[in-house]
Amino acid sequence: MSKKMHIKLNVNGKDEEFLAEPRELLIYTLRERLNITGPHIGCETSHCGACTVTIDGKSVKSCTMFAAQADGKEITTIEGIGTPDSLHPLQEAFKEHHGLQCGYCTPGMITRATKLLEENPNPSEEDIRFGMAGNLCRCTGYQNIVKSILAAAAEMNAAKEAAE
Amino acid sequence: MIPAAFDYYRPTKMDDVIALLKEHGDDARVMAGGHSLIPMMKLRMAEIPHLIDLQAIDGLNEIFIEDGQMTIGAMVTQHDLINHAGLEAAAPILREAALQIADPQVRYMGTVGGNVANGDPGNDMPGLMQCLDATFLLVGPDGERSVAARDFYEAAYMTAREDEEVLTSVSIPAPQGGYAYEKQKRKIGDYATAAAAVQIIKEDGKCTAASIAMTNLSDTPIYSVDAGAALVGTAVDAAALNAAKAAMLGDIDPTEDNRGPVAFKKHVAGVILARAIERAWSRA
Repeated sequence: MSKKMHIKLNVNGKDEEFLAEPRELLIYTLRERLNITGPHIGCETSHCGACTVTIDGKSVKSCTMFAAQADGKEITTIEGIGTPDSLHPLQEAFKEHHGLQCGYCTPGMITRATKLLEENPNPSEEDIRFGMAGNLCRCTGYQNIVKSILAAAAEMNAAKEAAE
Repeated sequence: MIPAAFDYYRPTKMDDVIALLKEHGDDARVMAGGHSLIPMMKLRMAEIPHLIDLQAIDGLNEIFIEDGQMTIGAMVTQHDLINHAGLEAAAPILREAALQIADPQVRYMGTVGGNVANGDPGNDMPGLMQCLDATFLLVGPDGERSVAARDFYEAAYMTAREDEEVLTSVSIPAPQGGYAYEKQKRKIGDYATAAAAVQIIKEDGKCTAASIAMTNLSDTPIYSVDAGAALVGTAVDAAALNAAKAAMLGDIDPTEDNRGPVAFKKHVAGVILARAIERAWSRA
């Protein structure tokens, strides 16, 4: 047993401090320690992306980062993107365009898509498929996920234009 | 999924990294993006009692381009590399190859240094760096030394890097002429069934120089001197392509795995090399 470390994170705008073994993977910190159970675990080989969160502006698979590595960083999970009363346009679009079935990949999908649209607000279908390639889905066949992201991009761009 | 316990260090000076490596020997490893090492730790194929995170070391994530030479810090991520306009202008093959590595999340974390130092023949950058005649800078207890990418790889996971050394940057002479990184893979994120890196120079319709390296077709990347030589002096016609393919096939030594039997891999290697040469030639 190695020595526990004092770790500070900011998760969805809230400061968190705790002692953890260095080997604690960030996904377990989120789910088991902080009870943020939207990010999921779909594999143990860093392929599926169900655990995707945003860390200091990067889409990261939180199963492939130790909490110790994330010490001092800002993390956003699906819980910080929108709430049932105030859905993010991506959440609204996934609902509207049937971009989910079992819902297990959805938190990672939507979290990744927020970053994709930030980097490329007008993605083509191909951009979306390539930009979402680190996230696997068993249910949808991806078609409606692509539609959802296209619809959210249009919605967000229209809202931005209206605000200007 | 559950790695063995370890002590974690996040030093801010390279001297401290070297001191930890000296103190703990083979029980210590440096970690860059963690996207090869952590998966191995989760499968308990690697047990690392002392894990040294390089994220806080200054200067390792910088990119310099001057006097026809590019220097890429070991902690530059694939994402950074893809989005660096200067690098794209100086060596567009880097971006073309990096976009075929892994997936967006992995590219935000995975680094150039980790990719080339890992020693897994599946990694794409080692062959690419051999094609570009890159040099790796290693820092250790006795100071710095440079090793050519073409001399760096000894066997699967065995490289010229000593246990107490850290690979801190990659230097690449700005390549000339046409380029291509062509990769056959089963799906996004897969290591290559076969991949080829090609740089080629055309003058008056003739090839005057060609550099060719192959990925994941031996227990190291393969820089094929003879495949490049087979193109020089030709107009890169069908006969020249066949000669380059034959030379390349003489240098690789693939093994059977889930990606296919040896005969299939050799076939794919030939197809991929021909496509890479044709695309590079069209850009030359």
